Amino acid sequence: MNVTLFIPCFVDTCFPQVGMHMVRILERLGHRVTCPEAIACCGQPAFNSGYWDEARQVAGKTLHHLRDAEAVVIASGSCGAMLKVFYPQLYAGRPEEAAAQRLSEHTWEFSDFLVSKLGVTDLGARFPAKVTFHDGCHGLRELGIKSGPRKLLEKVRDLELVEMSDAETCCGFGGTFAAKFPMISTAMGEVKCASAADTGAEYMVSNDSSCLMHLQGLLSRQGKPLKTLHLAQILDSQ
Amino acid sequence: MSNAAQQFLEAAGTITRNLRHRGLIQTALRKYEVARDRKKSAFNDWSSARQSAAETKWDAINHLDTYLTEFTSKIEARGTKVHWCPTGPEARDTIRGIIRDAKAKCVVKSKAMTAEEIHLNEALEKDGFEVVESDLGEYIVQLRKEPPYHIVFPAMHLTRDEISDLFERELGSAPTREPEELTMIARRALRRKYIQADVGITGANFAIAETGMVSITENEGNARLTAALPRVMITLLGIEKVLPKMEDLALFLPLLATAGAGQTVTGYNTLYGGPRQPGESDGPVEWHVVLLDNRRTELLADPEQRDALHCIRCGACLNVCPIFRNVGGHTYGTTYSGPVGSVITPHLRGLQDWKHLSNASSLCGACTEACPVKIDLHHHLLQNRRNAVGETPSWIERLAWRAHAFAVNTPALYQFGQEVARIVEPLRQRLQGTPLDPVKTWTSTRDLPPVAPESFKEWWRNRR
Amino acid sequence: MVEESPMNAQERILARIREALTVPAPMPGSHGHGHDQGRVEVPAPVFAFQGRPVHVARAWLPPGGTTPEEQLTRFSAASAELKTDFRCVASEAEAHEQLRGIADSEGWKRVASHHSALTDAATTALGRPTLFTDGGYVPDDLEACEAGITTCDVLVAQTGSLVVNSRTSGGRALSVLPPHHVVLARRDQLVCDLTAAFQRLEELHGRNWPSMISLVTGPSRTGDIERILVLGAHGPKKLTVLMW
Repeated sequence: MNVTLFIPCFVDTCFPQVGMHMVRILERLGHRVTCPEAIACCGQPAFNSGYWDEARQVAGKTLHHLRDAEAVVIASGSCGAMLKVFYPQLYAGRPEEAAAQRLSEHTWEFSDFLVSKLGVTDLGARFPAKVTFHDGCHGLRELGIKSGPRKLLEKVRDLELVEMSDAETCCGFGGTFAAKFPMISTAMGEVKCASAADTGAEYMVSNDSSCLMHLQGLLSRQGKPLKTLHLAQILDSQ
Repeated sequence: MSNAAQQFLEAAGTITRNLRHRGLIQTALRKYEVARDRKKSAFNDWSSARQSAAETKWDAINHLDTYLTEFTSKIEARGTKVHWCPTGPEARDTIRGIIRDAKAKCVVKSKAMTAEEIHLNEALEKDGFEVVESDLGEYIVQLRKEPPYHIVFPAMHLTRDEISDLFERELGSAPTREPEELTMIARRALRRKYIQADVGITGANFAIAETGMVSITENEGNARLTAALPRVMITLLGIEKVLPKMEDLALFLPLLATAGAGQTVTGYNTLYGGPRQPGESDGPVEWHVVLLDNRRTELLADPEQRDALHCIRCGACLNVCPIFRNVGGHTYGTTYSGPVGSVITPHLRGLQDWKHLSNASSLCGACTEACPVKIDLHHHLLQNRRNAVGETPSWIERLAWRAHAFAVNTPALYQFGQEVARIVEPLRQRLQGTPLDPVKTWTSTRDLPPVAPESFKEWWRNRR
Repeated sequence: MVEESPMNAQERILARIREALTVPAPMPGSHGHGHDQGRVEVPAPVFAFQGRPVHVARAWLPPGGTTPEEQLTRFSAASAELKTDFRCVASEAEAHEQLRGIADSEGWKRVASHHSALTDAATTALGRPTLFTDGGYVPDDLEACEAGITTCDVLVAQTGSLVVNSRTSGGRALSVLPPHHVVLARRDQLVCDLTAAFQRLEELHGRNWPSMISLVTGPSRTGDIERILVLGAHGPKKLTVLMW
């Protein structure tokens, strides 16, 4: 397949390794990967803030560059939800509505692409550690992603997966929420980190780098030993 | 920023640092989750039950005029007086009038969030009536002179010691750590009130159009007593509480109890169809049903968010909301808290003053998932945000988003920005924690990830 | 402020409602993305209620049991969980014996009840001073009684509930004011679930509903203090069901 990677700005700037691992995994599976350089944002920040016209200024460009893609794959559940679920709403009743609908049908979050579209669960990876999985809310509730990442992790050799009691509870990032309501965001993150630490896991893993950015930020500041990783980083480990 | 928004931020700041509160609420709500999951799994098909309930409520709300009219004529046929009140003040005045005409002195009350909504108790107390809350949790917060913390569990935020101290102070009872003994203290204090009260005021969970009855859900039996002994009974409810048929209760009572409290059904679910009828030995001789609009019709007029009126006030969305769990019910500063409160309060009390509640959410969607009548809660929060901006945009924020759009849409500018971020990284780290820190709201509690030496796009380009 | 007559207010509100409803709202289940449940198959109507066929939610709700034996087991299990003292005995005489036993162990000096075939026989057999609430009573007198003995309309296996009403169960307060509520029931009064219970109630009272019909599920309870279960918050601390 021709896979078009959409790399959102924070992955591009702070977590490029996530993108690199995705490329390697997809190429190993025999797919041709492209990455349009002209686009950097899905438009969710403005959208979530209620500035839908301004969101369309960004989303329009993204929509344009991805309109003919065979498969758009995204490293983040929240950006994935923006394209798959909210673009059709953003463009409802507008000329781009059909294009948004088509894009929605051709967009997948990374783990969902592997498991649901490609039918692949074993990537030949090895990662000897105890890990726990954090379900990013957009991926979980907007895209229905729950079992996919776990099926992938099950096939990783020497990896022990333990579930935390708050796996589905929001980490507190929520985009602009983290900056507008930092005290609530922090409290939510602390509850999440405590739940993860309770499992005795060495790593907290997620399919959403934005969640991980927030959680790692808290863990580092508090000097906690728990480390965070994106799913792609584990799946590319040998 | 509105006053309410400012107060919200301050209250949230204080309470999120209160680790004792955090532990108390997390523990209470985890217990709820365990009970709820057990009762949910007893359903043959929870998902279909939810869908059916959603459809029933859709029917009720989208034919509200028909059902309300049917309800009123059926209930009036057996001697009940129905009062339609377009606003809160009118409802208050109506109730005050009924109580005055009854020449009452003492009023006993069972739980009614609509009474909170219209600030009924304050008005009655100003009139010189004694108003006693009979629900244990409401009784406790009434003694503490604070509003209910949660629409179903008003005293969730208090420990037994705090309650014991309260009873000692206000009732002169002996201190005790036993919940059973504390409950008995309240029971004894309230028994006299039921018998002495001239007027009983209740809320209602459902108004059954087909049979002209209201349905009241409770566990303690205090609403049953409030509706049994005083000679005048008043029931206050929002117009949206309508259910078309009596048999709808066979679905709604278990849904309400399971989602709201993790119970199969609650202790008492009682249908009232009239005041004391011929051949009955007790019950109020006079029953007034007060139907409250108070801007619900405005919410009804918004077809996108009309389903928010499907709410059966079970409290499930509060229980699962991570924001509620960390800030608690009082922080919201308004009658209806949690996700449903954040959705409807802008409609009931003004969008610009209350939009901050819709902003204070990570849009995680746990509420929508938990709602037994499938209200699209978290998407309504998004819609409120959009509507607030549409009404009164912040020009600064608009400018900022336009600048952001320009930056991300212009690759040269975007890359330049990354370069600058990389260069100023050491400086930014040095400014961290000082008043000059540009990303203070993040870095006050969290580290920022470092800017990678090579961005993904740079790596991608070099690869080719 | 001009005093509005109630009729004007009613018309005002109805007018607002009709105006609001001129724009249709989407049907539920139309938000959600594939993995969310859409419209459900409505089960076929089963029985007449007020002369209308009724849609049964039985397929989706917790089960109540298909045979009388299953229903009895279900009711028994639910009672245990609710802390309802449920005793299924062989005969009315044995029920009276059980009642005497409870009265002795709890030291009842005065009980309250209402007149009916079952309660008259039971209170006679009990032989304690009895306040009968039919025709009216003094609330303080009822408050002084240690137990309220009533019949019920129907019992529900699915939920472990029973139904009392304000006309044939001795009024509104008899079953909720005294600290111990005792219910006398016959086996044929047990039905499988709430839907069946509403059907039974319509058969019993459909022509002339009592002003109060209460579905009682266990003794009075509260979790308002630290979510810890306490029985006897305001209503009865004990609920006993004697069935034969």
